[in-house]
Amino acid sequence: MESTSEASNTQHSVTTDADAGASGVSPSNATPLLSLRGVTKQFGAVQALRGVDLDIPNGQVTALIGDNGAGKSTLIKTISGIWAPSEGHMFWKGEEVHVHSPRDAARLGIATVYQDLALCDNLDIVQNLYLGREETDHALLDEIKMELTTIQTLKDLSVSTVRSVRQLVGSLSGGQRQAVAVARAVMRDSQLVIMDEPTAALGVSQTAQVLELIRTLAARGIAVLVISHNLIDVFSVADRVAVMYLGNLVSSGPVANYDTASAVELITTGETSRAATSLTSAQ
Amino acid sequence: MSTPPQEDSHHVGLDSTTSSHPLVQQLKKIRQGDSGLLPILVGLAALVIYFQIRSSVFLSAGNITNLFVQATIFILLGMAEIWLLLIGEIDLSAGFNAGVGGAIAVILVDHQFHWPWFLALGLAMVVSTGIGIINGLLVILLRLPSFIVTLAGLLGLQGVLIYIVDRQGTGGVVSVQEKVLYNLVNGNLTPLWTWIVVVVLVVLSSIVMLRGDRKRRRSGLPGKPFFITVIKIVALAVAGLLLVLVFNTNRSSFTHLSGMPFAIPIDLFVLGVGGFILAKTKPGRYLYAIGGNIEAARRAGINVNRYRLMAFGLTGLTAGIAGLLYVSRLVGISDGIEGGTYVLYAVAAAVIGGTSLFGGRGKMIHAVIGGLVIATIDNGMALIGLSAATQLIATALVLLAAVTVDSVARRASSNAR
Repeated sequence: MESTSEASNTQHSVTTDADAGASGVSPSNATPLLSLRGVTKQFGAVQALRGVDLDIPNGQVTALIGDNGAGKSTLIKTISGIWAPSEGHMFWKGEEVHVHSPRDAARLGIATVYQDLALCDNLDIVQNLYLGREETDHALLDEIKMELTTIQTLKDLSVSTVRSVRQLVGSLSGGQRQAVAVARAVMRDSQLVIMDEPTAALGVSQTAQVLELIRTLAARGIAVLVISHNLIDVFSVADRVAVMYLGNLVSSGPVANYDTASAVELITTGETSRAATSLTSAQ
Repeated sequence: MSTPPQEDSHHVGLDSTTSSHPLVQQLKKIRQGDSGLLPILVGLAALVIYFQIRSSVFLSAGNITNLFVQATIFILLGMAEIWLLLIGEIDLSAGFNAGVGGAIAVILVDHQFHWPWFLALGLAMVVSTGIGIINGLLVILLRLPSFIVTLAGLLGLQGVLIYIVDRQGTGGVVSVQEKVLYNLVNGNLTPLWTWIVVVVLVVLSSIVMLRGDRKRRRSGLPGKPFFITVIKIVALAVAGLLLVLVFNTNRSSFTHLSGMPFAIPIDLFVLGVGGFILAKTKPGRYLYAIGGNIEAARRAGINVNRYRLMAFGLTGLTAGIAGLLYVSRLVGISDGIEGGTYVLYAVAAAVIGGTSLFGGRGKMIHAVIGGLVIATIDNGMALIGLSAATQLIATALVLLAAVTVDSVARRASSNAR
């Protein structure tokens, strides 16, 4: 496991990347933030992941697409430490890591926003953002410090639709709730935010807000891995696309290499002649 | 910590006070189910006015003092229940847990044992806490519903109570002769100490409120309007003054009897400590989180079972304190106490005050207000000579009204989403 001094180094590198992303310079992809090599996961006789190779670079949005049962959820649960891979290697900034629990993943800087968001409706935004890691002053909750940071975090993410950070989360709209869940991940200094179907239950304007939020995260140098079924969303927000089919990662690359037709073909059949041509044309 | 200037919070639209007048906001809050104590206080005031019109002795010093003492058992057991109601659990055994704790104290201070009072009372509270923890362990380790576990506790502890009281061979009743235990409820502060206690409490809570406000304003956060704090402080001071005047009036026609009953500072102490834990500490925050969404709490890294067990223990401890005051008021313990009825009244008190049965919402003060409402109905109806039947039906209606308000408010707030 990483020592404390290494952890502070990590912090530093994030800031540099964030600066690079904000100034429009594309971050160097020499070492991806996270690399998976030959990751395999078996549940008894069922082979859920078959030798997945995937690179997730800093400051970019990677969309993970695939049909139901293709292994998307298994893959993100493996990355976020819900279970360990059966075989294969995981590299974090070029160094091999072993993630055995969500706690390990969180320590590396991986935050996962699941579909149910895991928010407490009876608590306000500040209380939800700090749940489990409250700021204290002489063992008492330091509400003012937490409220100020919350306001700042939401402002950094350009979340402006929230009336008050002391509003109960139960009274927020779907998009706002998604924003709170993402803000919580950001506040924990996460460098990789994984989002599972963030727009699945949202209306048009709410979806636009969430996509905007995802772009803001990437602009801050954070790597985002988004699972989505909605190809329109994928093409409007993603920098890179990774397609899964029956446990295999069948294709991945810059979003420019794909169009809706080739993506659909990859999702449904696992291969496409179109993707091959567009790949060559991109190079 | 850098302090963002106030303009920034206006800019991102996070300032709630700019949008509309505070009164309008308060009305909005009431509609959204965040009404605070206002409706139930209005209800309580209406009851008081009604009973005073029907019976002129209702607001006499003697009766008001008596009413507060009557309310003590509902208040303390209600606060005991709130620990668990907050996390969506319930303790049906709290009434008999109180009875067992009280019986232990009574038997140890007098009878053959003659323990020093602090050891006897201390042991009683330890036993009650232990019973709460056993309930909790059964619920948590065996994943049983608390309703059933504590229903078993209700039956079992009634058996235990009958056993230990009857073993004393005093005909199913053990009486209190020891002075401290007797005085818990029946003793009074001197009028001077009554003044001191009330003035200190009012001044302290005013300072806490004002300092909190000032800290918020200094950090540039939108705060409550100043006049609301002033209104609260004035209301507190007036209430304190009225209580002192009531308690310090002679309420005996034979001898001189005045001063605040000890039961009231004990209630206030439990209220203060409980409220403090819930509002200002991490464990308190975690109880709300567990009641709101236990899975979210678990994923936030909270050791959920540890805090659930803590809540069961605190329910036991608070019930133990209730038991001590109960035996003091009865000047003894009988094997026939109605621990089952008391616990239901306690849950009713918490719910009438505004605590949700479904977890995640509630405050210690709710048990105080709810307990006072129940005691007021009991006391007032007895004064105007209504039958027990009418009293029970009236209590039932108030309970129904309170839950209806709660449920309508919940629906309103979930529709607002």
